[in-house]
Amino acid sequence: MILDSKIPAGPVAEKWTKHKFNVKLVNPANKRKYDVIVVGTGLAGASAAASLAELGYNVKAFCFQDSPRRAHSIAAQGGINAAKNYQNDGDSVYRLFYDTVKGGDYRAREGNVYRLAEVSVSIIDQCVAQGVPFAREYGGLLANRSFGGAQVSRTFYARGQTGQQLLLGAYSALSRQVANGKVKLYPRTEMMDVVTVDGKARGIITRNLITGAVESHSAHAVLLCTGGYGNVFFLSTNAMGSNVTAAWRAHKKGAYMANPCFTQIHPTCIPVSGDHQSKLTLMSESLRNDGRVWVPATVTMAEKLRKGQIKANDIPENERDYFLERKYPSFGNLVPRDVASRNAKYVCDEGRGVNETGEAVFLDFRDAIKRDGRKTIEGKYGNLFDMYKQITGEDPYEVPMMIYPAVHYTMGGLWVDYNLMTTVPGLYALGEANFSDHGANRLGASALMQGLADGYFVIPYTIGDYLAQTPYDKIPTDHPEFKKAEKEVQDRIQKLLTIKGEKTVDHFHKRLGKIMWNYCGMARTEEGLKKAKQMIKDLKAEFWTNVNVLGANEELNQSLEKAHRVADFIELGELMVDDALNRNESCGGHFREEYQTPDGEALRDDENFAYVAAWKYMGEGQEEELHKEPLVFENVKLTQRSYK
Amino acid sequence: MNLTLKIWRQKNNSDKGGFKEYKVSDISKDMSFLEMLDVLNEQLTEKGEDPVHFDHDCREGICGMCSLYINGNPHGPLQTTTCQLHMRSFNDGETITIEPWRAKAFPVMKDLVVDRSAFDRIIQAGGYVSVNTGGVPDANEIPIPKTIADLAMDAAQCIGCGACVAACKNASAMLFTSAKVSQLALLPQGQVERKRRAEKMVAQMDEEGFGACTNTGACEAQCPKGISITNIARMNREYFSAVVSNTELV
Amino acid sequence: MSWVSKTLSSTLGRKLLMALTGLFLILFLVVHLAGNLQLLLPDGGDSFNVYAHTMANNPFIKVVSIGNFAFILLHVIYSIVLTQHNKKSRPVAYAMSNEGKSSTWASRNMGILGTVILIFLVVHLKGFWYEAKFGTLPTTMIDGESFSDIYAIVAAAYANIWYVLIYVVSMGFLAFHLSHGFASAFQTLGLNHVKYSPLIQKVGAGFSILIPALFALIPIVMYIQSLS
Repeated sequence: MILDSKIPAGPVAEKWTKHKFNVKLVNPANKRKYDVIVVGTGLAGASAAASLAELGYNVKAFCFQDSPRRAHSIAAQGGINAAKNYQNDGDSVYRLFYDTVKGGDYRAREGNVYRLAEVSVSIIDQCVAQGVPFAREYGGLLANRSFGGAQVSRTFYARGQTGQQLLLGAYSALSRQVANGKVKLYPRTEMMDVVTVDGKARGIITRNLITGAVESHSAHAVLLCTGGYGNVFFLSTNAMGSNVTAAWRAHKKGAYMANPCFTQIHPTCIPVSGDHQSKLTLMSESLRNDGRVWVPATVTMAEKLRKGQIKANDIPENERDYFLERKYPSFGNLVPRDVASRNAKYVCDEGRGVNETGEAVFLDFRDAIKRDGRKTIEGKYGNLFDMYKQITGEDPYEVPMMIYPAVHYTMGGLWVDYNLMTTVPGLYALGEANFSDHGANRLGASALMQGLADGYFVIPYTIGDYLAQTPYDKIPTDHPEFKKAEKEVQDRIQKLLTIKGEKTVDHFHKRLGKIMWNYCGMARTEEGLKKAKQMIKDLKAEFWTNVNVLGANEELNQSLEKAHRVADFIELGELMVDDALNRNESCGGHFREEYQTPDGEALRDDENFAYVAAWKYMGEGQEEELHKEPLVFENVKLTQRSYK
Repeated sequence: MNLTLKIWRQKNNSDKGGFKEYKVSDISKDMSFLEMLDVLNEQLTEKGEDPVHFDHDCREGICGMCSLYINGNPHGPLQTTTCQLHMRSFNDGETITIEPWRAKAFPVMKDLVVDRSAFDRIIQAGGYVSVNTGGVPDANEIPIPKTIADLAMDAAQCIGCGACVAACKNASAMLFTSAKVSQLALLPQGQVERKRRAEKMVAQMDEEGFGACTNTGACEAQCPKGISITNIARMNREYFSAVVSNTELV
Repeated sequence: MSWVSKTLSSTLGRKLLMALTGLFLILFLVVHLAGNLQLLLPDGGDSFNVYAHTMANNPFIKVVSIGNFAFILLHVIYSIVLTQHNKKSRPVAYAMSNEGKSSTWASRNMGILGTVILIFLVVHLKGFWYEAKFGTLPTTMIDGESFSDIYAIVAAAYANIWYVLIYVVSMGFLAFHLSHGFASAFQTLGLNHVKYSPLIQKVGAGFSILIPALFALIPIVMYIQSLS
């Protein structure tokens, strides 16, 4: 299959406008004849469901949590980018576009990214109109800050809880449509499979998490807004329930998975404290605006520190290595996430890490407090400092914070065209679930932007193009394809429940996580990846013979829920390794040790790898088939990213 | 640390339920409370016993999914969410009593899991500004005084966990409802539907079977986000003035 | 349902009635206390008897006193309705509760406090109001006019140590009831402001101590007087 991205021809700045004019429209009176399923109620899902319902489509919205408001978008702290140029500091749609393509290490589509930058301004307007209480200046206008490697202040924020406020805005719009009867809500419901009829997505199979009932839902189009798959690493900043199941089921039904190895490791997370750790907590990278990252200059000093013989504050200035400021004088502590993370790993690998585990670096606010006063720092980061103290028991006003990178976001995801449609007609992927806009690395404050762009301003246009060409007829849920899919789901449930092995689901998940982190994490090698592939194969075999899932299907059964998700994570893990093995270059979040510049920076191979790697599922036990979508850069000049 | 856990077990909504005691040992002080329960569940699963079901998701104190009434306090002894509670807040040898949120409007689904969809229905009754996507004015068109935006944000921080209901001796949802009413009453964007919103949300809150507020202030004291009861006063104001002046019969 | 009855049957409407009647009763306490303090004037009860006479015969006061009874009744009835509703809102109680950490005892036990005050009220009305209205009263001459000598009845009652004790203890309950009720009424009315609420809290605290204390002072002083 030749992957057609359907990017409109013409100058990049006109593509979206032209496309909006060219797409087919559904007559207002006919919209009510179409049913749309939206899976996931995060920023992308809630905004899409609300916007489509406003247009008149009948929407069914599904989430596994007890309420749409719990979706993990809520945890995003720092902010949302928009090319408003309210600060008069030289920002523009073009600059945001350029920064995003460059930040993504030139592995994103120009057309998509430009559209993202273009609609970013409308997102802020929309959110403010919904009553999102963004931070403001005393004059009453919106405040901005510079964020994560951007040299303009284009980030809008609501204290350290921007994701929460944006999600609650989208949730309120969704709630309004529920009250209007245009959205039917299915909380505590997990999508188990996509149903295709004549090659088109026509519905989903779900499991009611309270009763265990396996049910069919028919529609004219299905939107997967199910987030990323960072939990394949077991430890990540994702919510405990975040999973790849919906996307993976879709993948197995024919949707290609693109660039799965592109995962983002976030530099400012609270370090792991022990084996009991169930998840990692991110602290907004806005902390890097004022905090200085350092480790002891020598291994001996670091060892003393780890043994508790000296304290961080005892280390004199000349014995401290502010390694980011040293290596990247112009960006300093504000280098992009992948660069900051990798450098933290390097100094820890050298033996200069500072935690008991040796896997942490300092993030020090001593100088900022001295310069601006404690009160100012408290105003900016008070809630983050409190959170840090809550978790670690240490007071960051007195001693430097310790941070270490953690898996945070997955740039890879379901392959979609310019209309956000996957390779299965009628099946769409929005937000983090798709691969489209961030290339090999996502810039800070861009995830919220993309989720809302897809949901509020892209899908309402592009879905019409598809539906306008789809007959109104509904497919009844007793159609053989639905029955077949239901049966498959039930069989799988029964299989999981009858293995009755010796190990818990979490046991397998943790093992998978270790394999992924060690071999497919911050730095990857061909040898390691090959080893990992075999280990994952073995793990999969063991899982299906030795997992212990207690209880029955017909009840709230959290072990069973997890078992489904972990089974899919294992399969995804193998594909991620394949993808990482295939990509013989280093770019963004994907760092292959074999491919680096003499001073340790990522070495891209634009000649051979300027493409999207889209993988096609070929059946149980088969190697997946690689399809390439070449990336064409007409506007942005490919250079080596330099933050020096 | 070695601990005795007294946990409410209930098979499903119609089961009567009761307490069961469990012992856990070698608990690290650095564990979060939920990680301690993870340890218990791993042990139970290995023994072939049904693990304890509880709600949780983000485990960073923002999604509002975790609940648990621990030793007589919602979210335990600290003013934070259960997922942010760490075992250093407990002592070796202690017995910890863990119950689900108790309220007529929050029926128990299993063990410690309750149904909080009543909160969703309260928001559906009017916790929004009725604007469709697109066609809205520029974000900077209406300046909002910083102090007002900050007050709105104070209220908007609510995570909808239900600790206020759990803490209240009357199982009242006034703090939750008032937080949303307040946020939108403060902001210019919320003015248009101000009266209708207050009336409808209060009516829905009552319909769900929550208790009445007796101003004990327990909700504020136990709210993990420190939502203030000044919001309740504001909602009272909003409601009474809406009732007497609204030209629409809601 | 009309909008009025709908509002008054909402939890907020019911609370509004509690607050308004409560505030009226607070006002009544002040007026009542001002009158009663005349019992302590060293004029053998003349001022008090004149005052009592005026109160009993002024048509305006008569209307107010009917209103007062109505408000007490409303306050009681609505408190029962609300308490029942609140009880139903939590059908299964917690096995372990640490409520004392997050709220005051008085705020959680307004019902108990109110019940005790209600019982006191019955005793109090039986002892004085009923006697004055329907009993046969001694008379006294003041400035050549004949007045009912209510002072004599009060003095006789307060010579009884048990009666005095009941009064003093009841005033303690009233103090606790007011310690929550005063500020709570303002909160229910929506009168919460960063500038004025601290003042309301302080006045409420002062009021809840001062008024019951002065009420309690009267029987104590009169008891001591009766000893000599």
